[in-house]
Amino acid sequence: MKFAIALFSAPHAPSSRRALLFAQAALAGGHEIVRLFFYQDGVHSASSSVVTPQDEQDLPRQWADFVSEHQLDGVVCIAAALRRGVLDDEEAQRYQRSAVNLTAPWALSGLGQLHDAVQAADRLICFGGP
Amino acid sequence: MSKSLLIISRQAPWSGPAAREALDIVLAGGAFDLPIGLLFMDDGVFQLMPGQNAKALQQKDLTANLQALSLFGIDALYACADSLADRGIFPTQVAGEDLEVLTAEELGALVNRYDQVITL
Repeated sequence: MKFAIALFSAPHAPSSRRALLFAQAALAGGHEIVRLFFYQDGVHSASSSVVTPQDEQDLPRQWADFVSEHQLDGVVCIAAALRRGVLDDEEAQRYQRSAVNLTAPWALSGLGQLHDAVQAADRLICFGGP
Repeated sequence: MSKSLLIISRQAPWSGPAAREALDIVLAGGAFDLPIGLLFMDDGVFQLMPGQNAKALQQKDLTANLQALSLFGIDALYACADSLADRGIFPTQVAGEDLEVLTAEELGALVNRYDQVITL
């Protein structure tokens, strides 16, 4: 089955951990992930600036490793990311900000990518939200 | 045929960016001519209240965006009757041209009609 996975919650929320576990289980079960789309506070899970205490799970790191390893399409909503200070090199330059905290394997893009994933997938699975 | 998508907006308009971000998904879908529905539920029904004063909260007014939905081809708008009643809001207070107020039973049928659902 083709899954699109949307994440709306911050890295420290339990639903963000469940999202990663679900994504790992989907691939392990032979399914396909057409796209990961991070929106709202979910954009923080793509930030390379998150520092997790040594004895805790580093979810942003685990997401990045997972996306790289499986060469997934990891898209972060640009409007949600800018609002929350998650910037790639291009946006940091555009808005003259000193920090870049979004790098490969992530890509900033628009909400059209969420709709595109919804159309391409058999199932959209959302994590987070109220 | 395009898959249909229902957005369930459950946050009050001024409780953070959630209401605006739910609306942004709807507007983006409309721009791509996709079949999108928008359901206001729980505190989300407060977004429909007339006479909001966003300026007093130093916020941008969301209601203008709601009124723009029809320009984007979004005319499937729904509100949960129980959520309105729980908050002492009469359906006539929030009645819009395209807004349909649905009972709990009708909500179940609505969600079943859509291919995909996002709750924000």
